[in-house]
Amino acid sequence: MQNSVEIKNLDLSFGSVEVLKSLNLDIKEGEFIVLLGSSGCGKSTLLNCIAGLLDVTDGQIHIKGKNVTWAQPSDRGIGMVFQSYALYPQMSVKGNLSFGLKNAKVPKDEIETRVARAAEILQIEQLLNRKPAALSGGQRQRVAIGRALVRDVDVFLFDEPLSNLDAKLRTDLRVELKRLHNQLENTMIYVTHDQVEAMTLADRIAIMKGGLIMQLGTPDEIYNRPQNIYVADFIGSPSMNFFHGKLAGGTFTVDDMAMPMNGYPWINGQAPDGDAVIGIRPEHIITGELVAGAPLKYDVVVDLVEPMGSDTLVYAQLGAHSLRIRMDGQARVEMGQNLTIGIDPSRASLFDKTSENRL
Amino acid sequence: MSAELTGPSGPKPSRAFHPASLFVYGTLTVLALYYLAPLYVMVTTSLKTLPEIRLGNVFALPREITFDAWIKAWSTACTGLNCDGLSRGFWNSVIITVPSVIVSIAVASVNGYALANWPFRGANIFFTILIFGAFIPYQLMLYPIVIILKNLGIYGDLTGLIIVHTIFGMPILTLLFRNYFSSLPEELFKAARIDGAGFWGIFFKVMLPMSTPIVVVAIILQITGIWNDFLFGTVYARPDTYPMTVQLNNIVNSTFGEKEYNVNMAATILTGLVPLTVYVLSGKLFVRGIAAGAVKG
Repeated sequence: MQNSVEIKNLDLSFGSVEVLKSLNLDIKEGEFIVLLGSSGCGKSTLLNCIAGLLDVTDGQIHIKGKNVTWAQPSDRGIGMVFQSYALYPQMSVKGNLSFGLKNAKVPKDEIETRVARAAEILQIEQLLNRKPAALSGGQRQRVAIGRALVRDVDVFLFDEPLSNLDAKLRTDLRVELKRLHNQLENTMIYVTHDQVEAMTLADRIAIMKGGLIMQLGTPDEIYNRPQNIYVADFIGSPSMNFFHGKLAGGTFTVDDMAMPMNGYPWINGQAPDGDAVIGIRPEHIITGELVAGAPLKYDVVVDLVEPMGSDTLVYAQLGAHSLRIRMDGQARVEMGQNLTIGIDPSRASLFDKTSENRL
Repeated sequence: MSAELTGPSGPKPSRAFHPASLFVYGTLTVLALYYLAPLYVMVTTSLKTLPEIRLGNVFALPREITFDAWIKAWSTACTGLNCDGLSRGFWNSVIITVPSVIVSIAVASVNGYALANWPFRGANIFFTILIFGAFIPYQLMLYPIVIILKNLGIYGDLTGLIIVHTIFGMPILTLLFRNYFSSLPEELFKAARIDGAGFWGIFFKVMLPMSTPIVVVAIILQITGIWNDFLFGTVYARPDTYPMTVQLNNIVNSTFGEKEYNVNMAATILTGLVPLTVYVLSGKLFVRGIAAGAVKG
């Protein structure tokens, strides 16, 4: 299948600051891709480059097989939705939706039908004559999405579109976005710093740091088989437990605790030796009745309990190390209590200590 | 629920009269009177006859009200060779002010928009030079401009004066517009570019409709500034083309004959009437414009 967007050796520097470093990314037709990273990682910059709002320093951008590196934003077949909605305040909703079409000299009746269709899809028909100031945040963001929708573009670009909304609305609109993607089957590139949005929406996630893509993969790969410590630490809340130790003959040793890594999916098919870091997700630590069947068992002392309703977060001491455990919300745990936990080495992640890459 | 609550509850009662507010209002009243006194003297004197003025009761109300002084100031007072009063200067000032205000704001708004949104090579240097222009004393450029206008053949013409005012308004107005356009969300500009609008499309359809507050500020600044100008008017105009301020000066400072205080007062009020009206009318608009922009939207 043809790639919808191809980014080839893209460089972007502001003066001496390199924001993107020879970045390569192929996005398939109809794919929902999320660029995820903390602020300053270059994800919004990359999106602006794809949109044509920033001139690239080096490299190429192809959309639908066409080299658009030098093309105007309006000629690239993209629509963009911004965090601050960026609706034209002096125009009605209808004016906002039709502005791009008028600029493209689309015939009047064609504009009418396209605006009507977009309004129907987004359920904003009754708002068409209102000014943006008279809309709520969620309605404004719908109009902003509609502005991209009417232009019949190949690629939708979203720049943190839900960050300005309150938590409940964000969840609602997230579901709607996913529905919209299923309905339209357009390519969508979505920038966010919210890992929940990334995990729920994406076909593939690109985790970025310092202008580089740290890992590109499906949410499942990113979560279960992070390629490096950065990705492992970034994804998941509460974040992964890390312990530094030594790996020898397939057994990982922290202090004097030995963990035979039976069943671990080694990247090279066999266990290397040397300094390593193990990462265990708080929710992968086995507690309660299931401990009996766990491959490795340890005794810990509970330090602190954070009940959150749906689940309970427990801070415990494992030897000299602090450990985060996510337990069922119904579990009754008290401070100072002794707890037996189980660890399944096949669900853990091992990283090389110096390269920080997955073993 | 009928639990008895004791102690303070509900809104804190405010005292109708407060010693502190007496002090504040008192001070404000005294200051207001102090600043209004000259205006009062001007208006009353302009309505008196000359014999009554000679009695010397500056603060007294006129015994009989006469508008002769106003009529004389407007249509028959002599300045130099012309004896048609301030009316000539008034129309000269109108002819100078209207085009210079319109042209300077039109050009400066485009300048500011280009500087804020379309960064071009050397934009910063251009801007620095422009701002530097705002700090050069006018006196330094008086004579060079005389020569330039003479060579262009418009020295003493209203056209020359209009050009000078337009150019001298440029630095501060460009700064004003640039800063305003920079303060508008950048994403709006990006969205318009994605929607395929060009340089002028974005300016006229997106930016300008949002700039009412700053345009009003610019209009106030320019009308009052150009109307009140005296220096350029004296230097670059002839008696026929003198703006109102220069004519007023010639009436008030004439060294011949008797000082007609009532005419002087009337002439002064007439000259000041335009900026005063602009302040009163646009003041309201101005506040409304700012308030409209302040609402998150």
